[in-house]
Amino acid sequence: MTQIKLNALSRETEDITAAYTAAGGDAAVLHDHGLASLVVSGNKVLSANGTEGIVLEKNETEHGVDIKLTIKKGYKIPLPVHLCFGMVPKDGLQEIKMDFVAEEDSAVELIAHCTFPNAEKVIHKMEAEMLIGKNASLKYTETHFHGPYGGIQVLPKAHVTIEEGGSYYTNFSLLSGRVGYLEFDYSVDAGKDSICEMVTKVYGKADDIIKIFERISLNGENARSVIKSRLAITDNAESIFRGITEGHAPRARGHVDCMEVIQGNAKAEAVPIVRVDNPLAKVTHEAAIGCVDKKEVETLMARGLEEDDAIDIIVKGMLA
Amino acid sequence: MLEVSYILSLKNLILSRDGKKLLRGVNLEVGDREIHSIIGANGAGKSTLAYTLMGLQGYEYEEGSIIFNGEDIAALSITERAKKGITLAWQEPARFEGLKVRDYLAIGAKGNGGITEEEIKEALRKVDLKPEKYLDREVGEALSGGERKRIELASIITMKPKLAILDEPDSGIDVVSLKEIVSLIRALKENGSSVLVITHREEIAAASDKASLMCEGAILRSGDPLEISEFFKNRCIPCDNRVSPPQVV
Ligand SMILES: Nc1ncnc2c1ncn2[C@@H]1O[C@H](COP(=O)(O)OP(=O)(O)OP(=O)(O)O)[C@@H](O)[C@H]1O
Ligand SMILES: [Mg+2]
Repeated sequence: MTQIKLNALSRETEDITAAYTAAGGDAAVLHDHGLASLVVSGNKVLSANGTEGIVLEKNETEHGVDIKLTIKKGYKIPLPVHLCFGMVPKDGLQEIKMDFVAEEDSAVELIAHCTFPNAEKVIHKMEAEMLIGKNASLKYTETHFHGPYGGIQVLPKAHVTIEEGGSYYTNFSLLSGRVGYLEFDYSVDAGKDSICEMVTKVYGKADDIIKIFERISLNGENARSVIKSRLAITDNAESIFRGITEGHAPRARGHVDCMEVIQGNAKAEAVPIVRVDNPLAKVTHEAAIGCVDKKEVETLMARGLEEDDAIDIIVKGMLA
Repeated sequence: MLEVSYILSLKNLILSRDGKKLLRGVNLEVGDREIHSIIGANGAGKSTLAYTLMGLQGYEYEEGSIIFNGEDIAALSITERAKKGITLAWQEPARFEGLKVRDYLAIGAKGNGGITEEEIKEALRKVDLKPEKYLDREVGEALSGGERKRIELASIITMKPKLAILDEPDSGIDVVSLKEIVSLIRALKENGSSVLVITHREEIAAASDKASLMCEGAILRSGDPLEISEFFKNRCIPCDNRVSPPQVV
């Protein structure tokens, strides 16, 4: 019995490793014991490796995994922590609950790959509560790969609290394969002297639906933030972007920036919202939706590229 | 009679846009591996002619013919013209966010079986840009106008076209660097290209094999570059003082 289970597990490890590679990850890092990492497939934790200064607790649930990841006070983790969440089967539900704490004066970089290479009917839910402690720093990069079928719903939802002097950088990208249905919902409360930068980059095709909801509340004096979104949609894809920044404290500075290119029958809507109730705060925004610049396309065509290839290069450049 | 081979031959090219005749019957011949300058006042139609030759959208001519390398290219798309060996460097080059200089310079070389990193570096050196400083920069907003112009010219070098149409390669380039532009144009010729160069600079016209004067949508005269420059400067009737359109001499 045990033998069979082990085989099944190692098979799953192989599958998810292949999926991780498909999503652009370097699989070697998942097996390097000098690096902290976590691999979750469906509702199984296939591997979990903490290093000094990192406490990793995990609990398998019916449809997923509850994770508590803590970076201990004062630890500056020198190398990135690699996370892999995914599902290899074509259908199923995965629910990840993540409780992340970066304690005072700690610093860490998390690199997550979320991979569903065969998804035809998959739901992936992520609910995260993140606390960036006083003077702590988190850099979080999340790259998604959803396969070619578009039969997936991805629902990441996070609430982030940044305490005094803390910094939080996040970069979410979903550029190859299909999107399916994406509802990205992040909300940030930013304290005194904190920094928050949220970047999302998504390329939607066919009948993909992209919803990006971001809210940053600049509650503390001198808190600064940027919301930056780069979306490209084509065919019949649709996107809605809503970026809210609220300035509630003196010298709080925020900026919302959304740039989208649309082609084919795609439909895009971008709503930057700025709210300020402190006269010493300043929040700005810009949003632009348009087709690919004609001169750029014609320049690349004049170098011998076909029109479609030219557009592809321009769009990928914008999303780079 | 001597048999002359032309890479480009334009016959009575007529083009209107928004009801305005921008090309009034252009006749022009550019020889194989010839550097040919087009000079003329602002608004004469020089850029319009360049766009028409490249086949840009909105520049479809209604009469006349463009014979390139013995073939009428009227029906060809921009891409097809480029594949035949025609390319254009814009007066104001486009910007490409997120596209690295090295990748941009490699694009034009795809049709010739690709390019090595060393060749890309060499092209940058030819436009006086240090490869180590520019290879990994984006062809975007962070570059100055002059740097963009140089990169545009480098992209022509890597493409090795049969006919390079350069629309004011000298504009936005500091005076000190003018002679580098001249030597670059000569280098293009040495590598086998014909060059049709639109310019307001005498130095560039003087370095040409031939020049043509364009005025109000037509080529007024073609010939020796110095003679054409001299005519333009000293004997051309100022456009504002004329009552009827100028006549081809
Ligand atoms: N779409 C258009 N509709 C109407 N007129 C146009 C259009 N595009 C250009 N023109 C006009 O055509 C004329 C020729 O313009 P063009 O840009 O070809 O001049 P040019 O010789 O390149 O001038 P410069 O030396 O300033 O670059 C100008 O009078 C310009 O205003
Ligand atoms: Mg012009």
